[in-house]
Amino acid sequence: MSEHIILTYEISAEDFTRAGEASSDVKSKLKLLGIRPDVVRKVAIAMYEGEINMVIHARGGVITVEISPEEVAMVLTDEGPGIPDVELAMQEGYSTAPDEIRSLGFGAGMGLPNMKKCSDEMDLETTLGVGTTIRMVVKI
Amino acid sequence: MTVQALIESQVFTLINKGDTLQREITAPFCCDLLSIAMGKAPSGCGWVTVMGNVNTLAVAALTDTACVILAEGITPEDAVVKKAKEQSITVFQTEMSVFEAALTLYQMLHD
Repeated sequence: MSEHIILTYEISAEDFTRAGEASSDVKSKLKLLGIRPDVVRKVAIAMYEGEINMVIHARGGVITVEISPEEVAMVLTDEGPGIPDVELAMQEGYSTAPDEIRSLGFGAGMGLPNMKKCSDEMDLETTLGVGTTIRMVVKI
Repeated sequence: MTVQALIESQVFTLINKGDTLQREITAPFCCDLLSIAMGKAPSGCGWVTVMGNVNTLAVAALTDTACVILAEGITPEDAVVKKAKEQSITVFQTEMSVFEAALTLYQMLHD
């Protein structure tokens, strides 16, 4: 694999039951490329958490995944409300998810912490009323 | 113990036969909060839960869960069965409690 592979996914906010399809697609592509299972798992979890966040909080968005021989880099961009207090949002257990999301088993405040745990690098840029961009890198 | 062997034991009712039948089940895992399961479900686990929605299957697929066991007599909706078929995930159902199901699986794995 000498060339970079770039994948782009539009995340729809409409159908919560479809959340995870983009992450599943990336997971199966990484498997086909023969990437180590622990790396695949980290990418899948980090991306799925991001996907779920975009659906719950940001009316969807776009995810770009770049696979190179050294790393998998994911950029998640949304035009949602932004995150008022990033430090608080990064704490395990802090969540602003609505009750209907919690009743599905989400909203335990583990999303951003899981994303950080699964990635080797993570940057988060957010502007209230404009949106949020998260870049995560998992080394291969 | 493989997923196939668990199916053959008929301890739990089979809802859908997935495509990883030769997979070794590593350990039972109990959790109903998908947010927690996402970070903690060990690869290859037999995941015992009462949360039988399609998102459970998405989490199971992404965490490399070997099979899902719906406890407490939880009956999956048609959409869940359909998703399990699409994603080729082995799903069982049982009247046992979460604890009993996990203990039973644990004993089978350690016999």
